[in-house]
Amino acid sequence: MMLLASLLVVLGMALTLIRAVRGPTVYDRILAVNVYGTMTVILIALLGFLAGRPDFMDLSLVYALLNFVGTLAALKFFKHGHLGEDR
Amino acid sequence: MSLFIDIASWLLLTAGGCLMAASGLGLVRLPNLFARIHAGGLADTGGAALLILGMALQAGWTLVTVKLIMIGIFLFFTAPTAGHALAHAALLGGIDPEASGDGDEDEDDTGDSHVGSP
Amino acid sequence: MFSPRTISLFAVLYGTWLLLSGIWEPFLMISGAAASMLVEFIAHRMDVVDGEGHPIDLTWRALIYYPWLFWQIALSNLQVLRIVLHPRLPISPAVGWVPAGQASSVGLVTFANSITLTPGTVALTVLDDRIHVHALTKGGLDDLMAGEMNRRVCQMEGVRK
Repeated sequence: MMLLASLLVVLGMALTLIRAVRGPTVYDRILAVNVYGTMTVILIALLGFLAGRPDFMDLSLVYALLNFVGTLAALKFFKHGHLGEDR
Repeated sequence: MSLFIDIASWLLLTAGGCLMAASGLGLVRLPNLFARIHAGGLADTGGAALLILGMALQAGWTLVTVKLIMIGIFLFFTAPTAGHALAHAALLGGIDPEASGDGDEDEDDTGDSHVGSP
Repeated sequence: MFSPRTISLFAVLYGTWLLLSGIWEPFLMISGAAASMLVEFIAHRMDVVDGEGHPIDLTWRALIYYPWLFWQIALSNLQVLRIVLHPRLPISPAVGWVPAGQASSVGLVTFANSITLTPGTVALTVLDDRIHVHALTKGGLDDLMAGEMNRRVCQMEGVRK
């Protein structure tokens, strides 16, 4: 049953990738990458169950943190053209 | 009892997976950026919550469940923040939230051009 | 120094450490306590341990609010799912200013977060007394305009106006 759920999540990720490739604006791409990241977090946790390795939960947690910061950094960069230096 | 838990967790996992796939489908099908943000919310809230619940049922009362719940709480607080930041940035970037047309033909990549029918 | 907020922040930090490590050795437990105290000290120096950084006094009323929010999220998930799977995509995007009656910034952020969390509505801009909302359907915006969520968040933060 973990396998079925993983396959469905992978299907969702594939569809999300289509949107990330097609764009058309940079915000569509950032949105797609953000959703892709959320799905990856869940997929890593599912893989942990599939492989019988509970350590994967830590990877999943760290990826959730990275995904959030990455999205905000990308947005900030495209909004201001830099990540916060003076001038 | 164990059978009951298995059935419940199977239902939750399948429903969550379907929501994830539907979210991807929505991202592809919906016509413009602001509509797509809502489809993304489908994966961030419903899909993630159902899958995490399903996995927690499988794990039982262990540290794995605690970590799953932490992932859930974390997603619960960051997903709307990221969504709002994205929507706000797109609004400031000059994308019209009231446009209802299809933005797909517009191959401009700069992000500050108009989207959809003028 | 040892206000309830300080102690609860320490409990949260130390609990997170213990649950994430899952190893019950004296050395790790002592270093966990030391690390939690260090973070606590830094947080106090940064002056973020207040009603905004660690809103522990809202816990009980939040426990009433969040189940209702989860229910709303489930309902709007179903609505957006129906639209996405519908062959003709029956969307009717709407934009509007929703009044927000919260007194504190914690309440306002909770309200804006709740709006964005329910699929179908996204907060575009947040001002002191109103929120610019984009909704996937006209009905979603009308529901927000009716103000039940606004009222419940006000209830959660405790009326101090």
